[in-house]
Amino acid sequence: MRALLHRHVLSGDRPGHPAVTALLILLLLALLVVPFAVPGTKSMAAASRIAILAVLAGSYDIALGYTGIVSLAHAMFFAIGAYAVAIPLAGGWVGWGAIGLGMAAGAVLAAAIAAAITLLSLRVQTIFFSMITLAVASFAQVLATQLRGLTGGEDGLSFSLPAALSPSFHLLPGRVLGVRVDGRLLTYYLILLAALLLFLLMLRIVNSPFGRVLLAIRENAFRAEALGFRVIVYRTLASALAAAIAALAGGLMAVLLRYNGPDATLSFSVMVDILLMVVIGGMGTLYGPALGAAVIVLAEYYLQPALQGLADALVGIPVLPALFNPDRWLLWLGLLFVGFVYFLPAGIVGSLRRRRG
Amino acid sequence: MSDDVLLRLAGVHTHIGRYHILHGVDLAVREGRLTMLLGRNGAGKTTTLRTVMGMWRASAGLIDFAGAPISGRATPDIARLGIAYVPESMGIFGQLTVRENLLLAAGPAGLHPGRLDGVFAIFPVLREKLHQAAGTLSGGQKQMVAISRAIVEERRLIIVDEPTKGLAPAVIGQLIAAFQALKRQRTTILMVEQNFHMAQALGDDVAVMDDGRVVHTGTMADLADDDALQTRLLGLSLASHQ
Amino acid sequence: MRRLRQDWPALALAPAVALLALPVMDLPTWIALTAAGAAMGMMLFLMAAGLTLIFGLMDVLNFAHGAFITLGAYVAASVMGALASWVGADDLARNLAALAVAVLAAAAAAGAAGLVFERGIIRRVYGAHLQQILITVGGMIVAEQLILAAWGAQPVQVGKPVTLRGSFVLAGAAVEKYRLVAVALGLLVFAAMQLTLNRTRIGLLVRAGVENREMVEALGYRIRRLFIGVFVAGTALAGIGGVMWAVYQELVTAAVGADMTILVFIVVIIGGLGSVGGCFAGAVLVGLTTNYIGFLAPKLALGSNIALMVLVLLWRPRGLLPLAR
Ligand SMILES: Nc1ncnc2c1ncn2[C@@H]1O[C@H](COP(=O)(O)OP(=O)(O)O)[C@@H](O)[C@H]1O
Ligand SMILES: [Mg+2]
Repeated sequence: MRALLHRHVLSGDRPGHPAVTALLILLLLALLVVPFAVPGTKSMAAASRIAILAVLAGSYDIALGYTGIVSLAHAMFFAIGAYAVAIPLAGGWVGWGAIGLGMAAGAVLAAAIAAAITLLSLRVQTIFFSMITLAVASFAQVLATQLRGLTGGEDGLSFSLPAALSPSFHLLPGRVLGVRVDGRLLTYYLILLAALLLFLLMLRIVNSPFGRVLLAIRENAFRAEALGFRVIVYRTLASALAAAIAALAGGLMAVLLRYNGPDATLSFSVMVDILLMVVIGGMGTLYGPALGAAVIVLAEYYLQPALQGLADALVGIPVLPALFNPDRWLLWLGLLFVGFVYFLPAGIVGSLRRRRG
Repeated sequence: MSDDVLLRLAGVHTHIGRYHILHGVDLAVREGRLTMLLGRNGAGKTTTLRTVMGMWRASAGLIDFAGAPISGRATPDIARLGIAYVPESMGIFGQLTVRENLLLAAGPAGLHPGRLDGVFAIFPVLREKLHQAAGTLSGGQKQMVAISRAIVEERRLIIVDEPTKGLAPAVIGQLIAAFQALKRQRTTILMVEQNFHMAQALGDDVAVMDDGRVVHTGTMADLADDDALQTRLLGLSLASHQ
Repeated sequence: MRRLRQDWPALALAPAVALLALPVMDLPTWIALTAAGAAMGMMLFLMAAGLTLIFGLMDVLNFAHGAFITLGAYVAASVMGALASWVGADDLARNLAALAVAVLAAAAAAGAAGLVFERGIIRRVYGAHLQQILITVGGMIVAEQLILAAWGAQPVQVGKPVTLRGSFVLAGAAVEKYRLVAVALGLLVFAAMQLTLNRTRIGLLVRAGVENREMVEALGYRIRRLFIGVFVAGTALAGIGGVMWAVYQELVTAAVGADMTILVFIVVIIGGLGSVGGCFAGAVLVGLTTNYIGFLAPKLALGSNIALMVLVLLWRPRGLLPLAR
């Protein structure tokens, strides 16, 4: 049974340390029972966020951890998926077809843009890739805020979902375990299921022969080329795949929020979150970024109030209150990030695995 | 061993990344002589030279220069002890003029006219190329610049990696003459060379490497006389080569 | 001569773009936009020159370079605020003195921060591009937050010296006076850099190091020290660029460095990473394009710069004036 699970569901990718296994099981169980254990929209929203960001961070890991290329446009691909779903829905086409088509279109568009950037920059010099992705991502931000007719500008787009996903829809009368079985609950489990399937798909990709070539390229691109692998083709495919999956995660995010706007999916702080999740969890492990997503979402919910408490306690002392101001929470996440890159470059999962040998 | 040894490696191991390349190299370069380092491709000759220069760090073993340990020291500090290095790729600054290339090699006091004349005596072509960008020179001329950089200052040891690589036979003849001139000045030289003709013409002592170790040491004359030894060590014999 | 023969198309690109813009607008507009483009180009050059040299010499790509621009901009705000009486005086000498103090203070602050950054952060990630990018992106986040903590989240006003405000009329076009100052300073720095690179021993070492760092070390030079010097000089220049930009905009926000980083990256890619001459040509090109397109189709200004970069890369994959390596 366990062997079957490993081979066919996890594509043979073992968590690699009992603590990692335990954390993953804990995360999955928590996500499954949250609507019943901690009823309320806030906890459900946080749990959905974790599930979606786990997919987003995982997709980034395909590029960063498995292929060794640093894109700074991953939030843009996330946003492309979200806009692709939001635009038809906000335009008045409220139907499953709009969601499905939006998801597909977003994924295709994201993959095409990613492939174009990768082909252009990797042909030249690998280091250009990061710089060019940064420039393209900023341009996307400009476009999203200025093409108001299409994207809703700074305000973004709000929309309703098909009836079955709206809060007023009741699948069953009354309550189950004290919770209404309504469109919200349905949305929650739908997103969770989609995220889980996407994550398992990514596990399959990185453990396929294709994934092993990516690892070989990351270890030594020169050598891989000498062995006959077209490095640029593999890197382009990996980059396009990562972008497509990020776009799908973006579509899920739009469905969750019933809204999309620059701050929700496109801004540089989303990119920072992605970097944090992957580096803290552990590059090139896929499970790590999923755990990293949980850490970052929880930090978002608890770090700011904690900082507020600290800042209040430090009033009167020079300098410190400004540093512990809750608006400066990125300072602390940034320091955490730098600390991880230095001292634990393998992240939580990578370090645990290494300790085990 | 005699105590006129200028450079001595004892049990030197070098790792490059995860690869273990040198497995205990023992080598002695004697003062005033030209030591030829031979061996097939990939034997570890370049790695040995780079380890001496501190470009790779020895993971074990001792490297002594003029009686003092140098392993673990930084490349510039090793160079300042009076060691010149002419790498396999020549390391020419192509955007700089020939004069600027020499100037960099000359140290803080600048180019000494007398030594510059000494360089021109060995490589007359360089006189007219002095203000030309080094990148525009022919391969042989670049190698001349690279060697000139090594001799434009007083050095105690010159390390040269495959100076004839990719060069035309006529140029190789010039290089042999140049090194013979240096030998007459009793310059200590450690040279890697694949061209056995050149090696035989110049070498005093030989060390043959294989698989990250020195597998034979002796004099060039002995090796040149012993066809069987050549075949065993180098997979070729001088007789079959001529 | 040989160089010139292969370089002239690259060098002619900026004038060609300027000529192309002429038919689509009237002459006074063109003069004003060209002056604005040249001024912006010079400021971009100040910001980008250090980045490209640092990369050329040590193969270090610093994503936190923009933080030094931001620091310079805020130092300018503080200095111009403290010297309000000089800034407000209707006296060119005192006005320029205020600007000079701001430039020197920003160069000192950014250079000192650069020294700390190199010793504390960059030094540990030599040769590891992936870690370098990650750590400097992290450094950028931290630096921006520290600046916010020091100067607050509100945008800060920067006084523009009185005699440098306003414009003068040239062939019917209004050209802002301050732009001339920016162009003059940019040219001055460019000339000083060229002189240093081509006429001094340090410059010789830098040029050699950009081509082959290892060989410079094998000739007995401690290139790390040289690199620290270049890093500090490069970040100081970024700080000066920040001053000029802040006084130009008369307002600074903590995002200024991150915003300019995008253009700075485009400039150094267009110019050829590591090349000071290419950086100059790229900066002028981006400055002009931004202003022409900003006038014709404001939404597309950044997009046009990206398109420019793509076209240049398709034409010359290693940039306009690449280094021979
Ligand atoms: N940078 C490097 N990374 C990995 N392996 C290397 C590197 N340089 C050399 N090697 C390996 O070390 C061995 C010895 O190389 P080298 O010293 O260049 O040999 P030689 O100069 O005798 O031909 C070879 O197997 C080569 O593949
Ligand atoms: Mg070799």
